[in-house]
Amino acid sequence: MDMHYVIDTFFSLFAMTLIILMVPGFAMLEAGLVRTKNVTSVLTVNTMIYAVASMSFLLIGYQYAFGSWDHQDSINKYAFFLFQMAFVGKVINIMSGGVSERSRIIPLVIFTVIIGAFLYPTIVNITWGANFLSGTFLDISSMHDLAGSTVIHSTGGWALVAAILIMGPRRGRYKKSGAIQVIPASNIPLVVLGAFLLWIGWFGFNGGSVGAISTKENADAVALTIMNTNTAGLSGAITAWLLTYFRYKKFDITMILNGALGGLVAITAGPDLYNIYTPILIGAIGAALVVLFVPIFDRLKMDDPVGALSVHLVNGIWGTLAVGIFTEVSFLTQLKGVVVVGAIVFPLSFAIIYSINKVFQLRAEDDEQLEGIDAIECGMEAYPEFKRSI
Amino acid sequence: MKKIEAIIKPFKLDDVKEALVEAGIEGMTISEVKGYGRQQGHSELYRGAEYVVEFIPKVKIEIVVSSQEFADKAVEAIMHSAKTGKIGDGKIFVSDISKTIRIRTEEEDEDAL
Repeated sequence: MDMHYVIDTFFSLFAMTLIILMVPGFAMLEAGLVRTKNVTSVLTVNTMIYAVASMSFLLIGYQYAFGSWDHQDSINKYAFFLFQMAFVGKVINIMSGGVSERSRIIPLVIFTVIIGAFLYPTIVNITWGANFLSGTFLDISSMHDLAGSTVIHSTGGWALVAAILIMGPRRGRYKKSGAIQVIPASNIPLVVLGAFLLWIGWFGFNGGSVGAISTKENADAVALTIMNTNTAGLSGAITAWLLTYFRYKKFDITMILNGALGGLVAITAGPDLYNIYTPILIGAIGAALVVLFVPIFDRLKMDDPVGALSVHLVNGIWGTLAVGIFTEVSFLTQLKGVVVVGAIVFPLSFAIIYSINKVFQLRAEDDEQLEGIDAIECGMEAYPEFKRSI
Repeated sequence: MKKIEAIIKPFKLDDVKEALVEAGIEGMTISEVKGYGRQQGHSELYRGAEYVVEFIPKVKIEIVVSSQEFADKAVEAIMHSAKTGKIGDGKIFVSDISKTIRIRTEEEDEDAL
C-alpha cells in the first residue's frame, strides 16, 4: 500500500470538507447583512449555488478544465475532483452576495450553470489545468496563484461588476437627489458566524491547495501556508478595526469582518511563499483597501450589500500583485495574469448576464423588492413571527 | 378620572414602575413605541455612511386614576424617576376620561378602577 497516496488523498478530502464549510459561511454572512424580508431567498440561492455549480462542474466543467479524469495519479482521482469542485460554488457566491436583495432566483441559477460548466473552468484551464492557451502570448500559467486570489476571487468579482452594472442598485438605496440611503444589516451575530466559518474554510482553501502533505517538505509547506493564511486574517481584522476607529470614531463590526476577509483574499495567491511576518503587511493593506473601497463603490452607486467587490475583487487583484512585490516571482507575470483573467471574465460575464437578463429579467421589480423577495419568490419568510404575534 | 400617558426612556421603566407602585398606583399598561422630539432622532454609522435614526425606541406608560390628587402624585412619581437630565427623557400627558368599565364585572367609573 502506498502511504503517500493514502495520506494525500485523505488530506484532499479533509481540505475539501473545510472548504464546504464556506457554503454556510457565505449563507450566514449574507443572511445577516440583508434585511429580514430577503433572508429566505438569499439562503435558497446559496443552497442552489452549491448544488447546481458542483453538478455543472461534475458533468462538464471538470473535464474541460483538466482535460480528463485521469490527469494525475498522486492521489485518488475522485478526491482530486472533490477538492477542485469545492471551489466552484465560491466563485458564484462572491457574485450572488453582491446582488442580493434585488435578484430573482431562476436567472441566478442559470448563470450558475454557465459559470460552473464553462466560465470558471476556462480560467482554471489556462491557469491550473490543461491550458489551451499554452504557447500563445496569452499564456498566464506561470502566474503564481496558489489558491486563487485571481482564479477564484477576482473571477467572482469581475462577474459581480458585470451583474451590478446590468442590474443597478437596490430600490431605495439612493435617494432621488443621489444621496446614499443606508440599508442596515438585519442580524449582526449571523454576519460574525458566517465570517468565521469562511475564515475556518480558508485553512482548507489555501492549505489544501498545496496539494500534498505526505512528505516532510509538503507538510512544512502546508503548515506555513495555513500559518500565513491565518496571520493575514488577524492583521486584516486589527487593521480594519483601527482604521474605522480613526476615520469614524466608531467600531463597525461588519467592516472589521470584511477587513479580515479582505486580508484572507489577499494572502490566497502566495501563502506558501512568504516568511511568517510578510502576511501581516499583506493583510493590513488588504483591510485598508476594504475600508477605502467600500465607501468608494457606494459613491459610484455600485450597490453591494455585502462588500464583495472590495473584499474579493480589489483584494484578489492586490493579493496576486503582492506575490510579485514580496517574492522572487516576476511582478509583470502576476500583472499579466490579473489583466488576462479580467479581460476574459468581465466581457464574457457581461455578455452572459446581459443575455440572461433579456430573457428572464434578473432584477426584481421595485414593488417586489418592497414586498421582499422571500414573499414573491419563496412564499416563505425567514422570520414570520416578527410581525405576527399571537 | 384622569388618564396619564408618559413616554419615557426604556431603561427607566423599572424605576418608574417602582415609583408608581410606591405612590399607590395599582395598575398600568405599557407599550413599546418609537418616536422623536425636537432634536429629530440621532445619527448612526454603517459601513462608512452616516444615517439618521429618526424613530428612537421609547416606552409608553398609560395609567387611569380616580382623582386629580392621584394624578398629581403619579405625575410627580414619573417625573422624578424618569429624569436623567439628558435629551430625550420624554413627556407626560394628562387628560380627562369620561367613562371606565371593568369588563369582567361590568362595574363602572371609580368602581372599575
